[in-house]
Amino acid sequence: MEILVCVKRVPDTAENEFELNSEGNDLDRDDLVYSVNEWDNYAVEEAIQIVDNVGGSVTVVTVGDDESEEVLRREMAMGANNGILLSDDAFEGSDGKGIATILKAEVEKGKYDLILTGAQADEGAGQVGGMLAAMLDLPYASLVNKIEVDGDSTIKVGREIEGGNQEMNEIDLPCVLSIQTGINEPRYVGIRGIRKVAQVEIPVKSASDLGIDASNVGEAGAKTKRVDYFVPDLGEGAEMLEGSTDEIIAQLIERIKSKGGLA
Amino acid sequence: MAKIYAYVTHADGVADDVAMEYIEAAKKIDSSASVTAVVTGSGADLDKVAQSITSLYSEVIKVDNEALAYPNAEVVRKALCNILDASAIVLAPHNTFGMDLCPGLSIKLDSAFAADAVDFEGVDGTSLKLVRQELGGAVSTHVTCDISAGAVITIRPGAFAPTEGGSAGGTVVDKSGDAGDLTSKRRFLEVVEAEVGDVDITKSDVLVSIGRGIEEEDNIEIAQELAEAMGAVVSCSRPIVDAKWLEKSRQVGTSGQTVKPKVYMAMGISGSFQHMGGIKGNPYIVAVNKNPKAPIFQVADVGIVEDILEFMPALTEAIKEM
Repeated sequence: MEILVCVKRVPDTAENEFELNSEGNDLDRDDLVYSVNEWDNYAVEEAIQIVDNVGGSVTVVTVGDDESEEVLRREMAMGANNGILLSDDAFEGSDGKGIATILKAEVEKGKYDLILTGAQADEGAGQVGGMLAAMLDLPYASLVNKIEVDGDSTIKVGREIEGGNQEMNEIDLPCVLSIQTGINEPRYVGIRGIRKVAQVEIPVKSASDLGIDASNVGEAGAKTKRVDYFVPDLGEGAEMLEGSTDEIIAQLIERIKSKGGLA
Repeated sequence: MAKIYAYVTHADGVADDVAMEYIEAAKKIDSSASVTAVVTGSGADLDKVAQSITSLYSEVIKVDNEALAYPNAEVVRKALCNILDASAIVLAPHNTFGMDLCPGLSIKLDSAFAADAVDFEGVDGTSLKLVRQELGGAVSTHVTCDISAGAVITIRPGAFAPTEGGSAGGTVVDKSGDAGDLTSKRRFLEVVEAEVGDVDITKSDVLVSIGRGIEEEDNIEIAQELAEAMGAVVSCSRPIVDAKWLEKSRQVGTSGQTVKPKVYMAMGISGSFQHMGGIKGNPYIVAVNKNPKAPIFQVADVGIVEDILEFMPALTEAIKEM
């Protein structure tokens, strides 16, 4: 099976405390730690496991700048066979539809049976996979937490739905799936693994390479635009307990008792 | 004046709570907008839902078809494309169904798309301003959305005040005949119910709930000791289940269990809306997190900035000495 996985370089929510810049309209990006979007690691792991079972190859693709190459290499160190970087100044400021438009152009240059994305990324919209599928007229399933490859023309997928339940579907190939965390256990990538793929060439494709009209993507094509960032006031609701740990604990126990949490 | 469609999800003949929340959301988009509810489904359950929301909406469009009996987003999308006026604003919930349906729907309607709106700040010309969050709720953003050719927008369940009762006295319009071809390349098979675990976290008055801050599987014992001292049960957030450190039945959140304790001890939990969505009944929420900017402090009743790996053992000792 030929599998394409769309990945993204994002600020790592586990490693950063987010603050605004001095103008108060963007994140202070100077010291941000970036990594692969967490969901994407599960998508790449799933793709590798499928190919291990039934054969084929895994290609990872991203839309981004030069620094995004590192996330492609990391996923190739996991076991993806190929990487493709889609990069052009004209792509900057793209909304979800813009990103899907760029990815669609690349998808049409290959022949993929399965296209995977993470269920969501840093913006929390969960939009690119569904848009890409609709543009390609392919069937789509989101929040996938199980894939059973049991035929050449269809597969079975489980979607995570409310209450911890799972919705099982049969879906025709080729298709687009967005992958939920927890579907597998993504393998660990060490320094050695990264070194092994350090010299592998990663093609970089521009808008003209992809035959994309620049007015349809980037800032120019975006209908949905972020105006600014802001941080809601800290401790809006919570009464913050301060002092020594012993003092805090004494105050806390009193409050928990009054709420019926301790006899 | 904008035309707004509100897609009302439902189960077992009862409209989801979001049906009441759209009214407030639509008002914040454009107070003069006309809002039409759209329900799809099959048979008596659908009729019941459509009738029940005529108190909230002056017009309720229903689409009845056996292919829509289970809400397969791919099939629903096909029906909606044949029924909706593409230049309108379409609202849907930002949940596992809305996420499945809406991005693709916006492409097929050639509309703008915005996800997970938590507030609207009105329309200026053809530009709708809304508020959403990024980075797991760590930061909020203002977003503008060009609605000149229509828009599909998902709203966060619970973010808009519900309209109770209502006296719209609306009518149900049957558009089943317009649904068109509903065959799909994705076919619903069955719902597999969540496995029942060894402990029922929904029955406990006090939950000691752990998140990423627990850092390692071996540290779960520290939470278990605190829970024992409090006569509580250990629950957790999603990353703990993804890491396979606790079973799924211990997970609190929209994709896990819904709990109604008296006291909820959020230990090293950042507080994403998916997690908080599983906590009902307005419990007393205690948040301990070493990151002073963790979103959990916005919603907790009492907050403590400490490392849970040091704080929990100290609290356990103090409780044992009581």
